[in-house]
Amino acid sequence: MRFVGFLMLLAGWFLVLAAVVLFAAAPLRAAFVLVGLAVEALGLILAFRSHLIPREDKR
Amino acid sequence: MPTAPFTEATRLACLLFIFLVPFAAAGLALMNVGLGRSRSAGHMMMASLCCLAVAALAYFVCGFAWQGTIAGPAHEITISGKSWNWLADEPFFLRKLSFDGSPASLTALFQMFCVGFAALIPLGSGADRWRLRASCLSTGVLAAFVYPVFAHWVWGGGWLAQLGVNYGIGRGFLDVGGASSIQVVGGLTALSVTWILGSRRGKYSADGMAPAIPGHNAVLVLFGCALVLVGWLGLNSAGAILFTGGEPSGAALIAINTMLGASASALTAAVITKVRFGKPDASLTANGWVGGLVAGSASCALVSPAEAVVIGSIAGAAVTFSIEWLELRMEVDDPGGAVSVHAVGGIWGLLALGVFGYFQRTVLNVPVDSLPPAVNGMAAGQWLAQLIGVATLLGFVLPLTYGANRLLNRFYPFRVSVEGERQGMDLHELGAGAYPEFVTHGDEFLPR
Repeated sequence: MRFVGFLMLLAGWFLVLAAVVLFAAAPLRAAFVLVGLAVEALGLILAFRSHLIPREDKR
Repeated sequence: MPTAPFTEATRLACLLFIFLVPFAAAGLALMNVGLGRSRSAGHMMMASLCCLAVAALAYFVCGFAWQGTIAGPAHEITISGKSWNWLADEPFFLRKLSFDGSPASLTALFQMFCVGFAALIPLGSGADRWRLRASCLSTGVLAAFVYPVFAHWVWGGGWLAQLGVNYGIGRGFLDVGGASSIQVVGGLTALSVTWILGSRRGKYSADGMAPAIPGHNAVLVLFGCALVLVGWLGLNSAGAILFTGGEPSGAALIAINTMLGASASALTAAVITKVRFGKPDASLTANGWVGGLVAGSASCALVSPAEAVVIGSIAGAAVTFSIEWLELRMEVDDPGGAVSVHAVGGIWGLLALGVFGYFQRTVLNVPVDSLPPAVNGMAAGQWLAQLIGVATLLGFVLPLTYGANRLLNRFYPFRVSVEGERQGMDLHELGAGAYPEFVTHGDEFLPR
């Protein structure tokens, strides 16, 4: 889950880069940047959840 | 960054502002000490000093070479006919840099202080359990590569700064005082370090409770806040001159905005804690103060004082609630509150520039004609440029700094042994306590 979370962070960033390069129209570019950020948000949630401390390790 | 030589007055003002920046590092070090345990106080101060030294040396060796200046040589690739400037190509060891008061030499000096400041941010989150040599190694990576790469993109004429010229997105990604390259980069490194280190022993119990481990010296924390303000005045003013072509006369507005942002943020945090807990919380108010400074950094030269108050107030609330959310919900044990203060506060500040930033004149060293038209002084699409910068911080810097620190942790474990944590970092790593004449709290030596 941790690995997937960080991969999603990278994937979201590549979406943002692609939006900048590929789309000239401002609305379309903005929409894809927002989609990229949404993917990053999902990756961040996964990264946070994967770092929750297992119950048996709490002391 | 301006490439034309500065006037004598601008050069002197810029030097004066740059010499104030180490106060920010000193203040942050004091805050980190005060927010940690007494048995690790000397270790924290020693780590701060060592990290400052490592950061300066690493930046001297290769950091500046990869960060560069806006007119300097750089590695570029061309995509769809547009040039993407990825990395500077200056010689190592500051060779070929003329120390004549040129913008490039002042930038090198300013950045050497800034990278040291960024290196102190993760120390607060790794308090009481991060080994000294490991923190120095991590700082080396931060100062030699992570910080310079992102700072080049923002302040060295990199692709983020050129978004306006190349793609017509606002004026490109803007950050006057280092909310992104210093604060968010430091805050995300702090998050990585916290994840890698894990929580302090006794912080999270099996029954789901997370008892507070209060800082040992509120006076140090609050005095650190005052020192940090002095440093921040220099940071924002020097950044405005070096990276946005500002004049020294603009320092009055910058100082007013800096002070107002911090004040609004600290008071918001104090009121929130008073309403929620019955009494204002000193450490959260201090974190709110710094959070306001962090958030105001990005736009300090580009907003009105009233807008600075709004930005600071929202920062105070965001920092206060995110500290609790991260600690209790996400189990991020961050004694210094570095992730909330520097990462959350910084990201809010960067977004706020896109919302409130007002451009009465060009702030980049490019012809006004080549930039998109401004609507009532606000650059069209500036919010999108800021979003792209934030996406880069989360999507590139966080995985990079996490991966680098995880790799280091494999070869040289970051976390101190169980015995060392129980004994305290001072005795375990330095062989002497910070307060040898003080009575030690008995509960600190109880096995947990």
